[in-house]
Amino acid sequence: MQSEEWKFTAKDIAEKPDLFMSGHRACAGCAPATVMRLIMKAIRGPTIVTHATGCMEVVSTIYPYTSWAVPWLHTAFENAAANASGIEAALKIMKKKGKIKHEHVDVIAIAGDGGTYDIGIQALSGAVERGHDFLFVLYDNEAYMNTGIQRSGGTPLGASTTTSPAGTVIPGKLEPKKPIADIMVAHEIPYVATASPYYWRDLITKVRKGLEVEGPAFLHVFAPCPRGWRSDPAKSIELSRLAVETCVFPLWEAVNGEYQLSTPSKVLALAPQKKKPVKEYVAVQGRFRHLLTPKFEKMLEEIQRITDMRWQKLLKKCGIA
Amino acid sequence: MVKEKAVLTGMHFMSGDIACAEGAIAAGCRFFAGYPITPATEIAEHIASRMPKIGGVYIQMEDEIASIAAVIGASYAGLKAMTATSGPGFSLMQENIGLAAMTEAPCVIVDVMRGGPSTGQPTLPGQQDVMQAKWGSHGDYEIIALSPCSVQEMFDLTIEAFNLSETYRVPAFVMADEVVAHMWEKLVIPPAEEIKIVNRKRANMPPEKYLPFMPDDDLVPPMACFGEGYRFHATGLTHNEYGYPRTQSSEVQTKLVQRLCEKIRKNADKIVRAEENMLEDAEVVVVAYGIVARAALSAVKKAREKGIKAGLLRPITLWPFPEKTLAKAAENAETIIVPEMNCGQLVREVERITKSSRVFHLAKLGEEPHSPMEIFDFIRRKHK
Repeated sequence: MQSEEWKFTAKDIAEKPDLFMSGHRACAGCAPATVMRLIMKAIRGPTIVTHATGCMEVVSTIYPYTSWAVPWLHTAFENAAANASGIEAALKIMKKKGKIKHEHVDVIAIAGDGGTYDIGIQALSGAVERGHDFLFVLYDNEAYMNTGIQRSGGTPLGASTTTSPAGTVIPGKLEPKKPIADIMVAHEIPYVATASPYYWRDLITKVRKGLEVEGPAFLHVFAPCPRGWRSDPAKSIELSRLAVETCVFPLWEAVNGEYQLSTPSKVLALAPQKKKPVKEYVAVQGRFRHLLTPKFEKMLEEIQRITDMRWQKLLKKCGIA
Repeated sequence: MVKEKAVLTGMHFMSGDIACAEGAIAAGCRFFAGYPITPATEIAEHIASRMPKIGGVYIQMEDEIASIAAVIGASYAGLKAMTATSGPGFSLMQENIGLAAMTEAPCVIVDVMRGGPSTGQPTLPGQQDVMQAKWGSHGDYEIIALSPCSVQEMFDLTIEAFNLSETYRVPAFVMADEVVAHMWEKLVIPPAEEIKIVNRKRANMPPEKYLPFMPDDDLVPPMACFGEGYRFHATGLTHNEYGYPRTQSSEVQTKLVQRLCEKIRKNADKIVRAEENMLEDAEVVVVAYGIVARAALSAVKKAREKGIKAGLLRPITLWPFPEKTLAKAAENAETIIVPEMNCGQLVREVERITKSSRVFHLAKLGEEPHSPMEIFDFIRRKHK
């Protein structure tokens, strides 16, 4: 495919038929559903989707409907990447034997943060080590929302969930978010990127790059969940912008292990005065509400410190600063 | 550190899942490792909010394999430990359940059964894991499994599970179902001093005399926990009394595995519990457990009203199964009816024990449990 074929202008996107269709049962303000739709705007031809257990699996396939206009498989919680491995390896040998005529059939594995950071990481690590040619998309809404907001390895420091409840003893989750995308870069795979739905063109472009690259690709997509984050359903996309502007969730790509900032984050690297304080992001979410009380203000400072530390590390990896 | 009472003595209105969590805490459980799964999540959620206030540990693990493995570790470190899950998680735990049986680590596993196989029906009840509880891990071993039919029993039997697990050093299961777990009912929590608590038999001999897997007469070895001054070596490999692997010895394998089975089988009379309702003269014996037993009791009463001599046997311990109670009830029975929310699991045990050709299974899948009328109609149809 040539690069001019994927300009992904608003007009192109509007004209391209949806492969993740309306009528699903996601909550009002669900960013993951927007993310699914954007992902499916990026595909280049025959595509198979395998989907770990999670919100998006459930809400998109409520009987008797499906939102998926592509072959779609629900796996167990832990093994979307292993499942994709099997699909990809089988397609490869069938293609070799001439049983499949298509130039390429893309395989996308989709999982939430639980199915990626926690229960799914063994299958994911194994699949990319074996080098299967597939794209793994992590839609990260930062907790187990499908079972009712339990903390995951992707839940940020200080967030209150039903299994890290802020109260008289603990200030929400005691551990910072696992740097999953860096862990995937450490696997030395050809393509790793982060994306956020406010920057929709950046997101779609990255999906396409992940599909076109030979070998495994990993895309970490930030996906606000108003139910779980106790945030205004009308502000989900705004939150996905604020996370980038505060450097809570910087946007970058690592192509063959070479880190480079994507434009929205690069702007902040070049003009640090534009970087917003984490408090602006935290203040509009109920899951962090306790951090605004004097009792837990130290935790808020800690979140800012970790955010800055991770941002500085990233800048170094990108050869800036 | 302790900010709340562990035993919430008094009368409550609670869900089964929350009652189960309170039962665990009342039993002395201070370690819970778990992973969210419908319909057992509320147990973890409640424990997560309670443990910090009573000086206990809640850890959310990365999956169910890790959850049960952490529970085994905590049990050996010296805490009473538990995890809670549903079918898919229960399947993932099976290898480590074998490890717990083999290393004789006391632990409690709650399985809130939903419809399976695979992801199945997360929000609907099932009784499809009862055979898996008994046979799920590879190799020969015995476990104890209890079946609660009410919110009160979610509390009581969770305590019982801890007591049995500590007594016999086996994994003990609370095999609940989605209805019992999510239903809200009255729960009475007695004063702490009235709750019977059993703690594991500790090693009290001088360290040089201690053999970690040398059983007493009851076939259960006293347990030293890590750091108590006793040399300790535990392994999932076939091991002798010292805990050392003897993987080539038929003698050691036979002795160990038979003891793992016999410590439960020979003590079965002490473990087994069943509720008997109107069985003395029963011509129709209904065998039902969990939430189904409550519909079955109504059905049996209705049958009595209509002149059918029916009775209900409710196994409270599914494993070991109340064989003697059933055999006695079946002696004079003409018809035996087993309603279950599965395609026929515990009915096989009933057939095996009664050797009756008039055992009928009433399956119910994929929706509400059996209604009393459904069971009553079945009784009337089958009993002629």
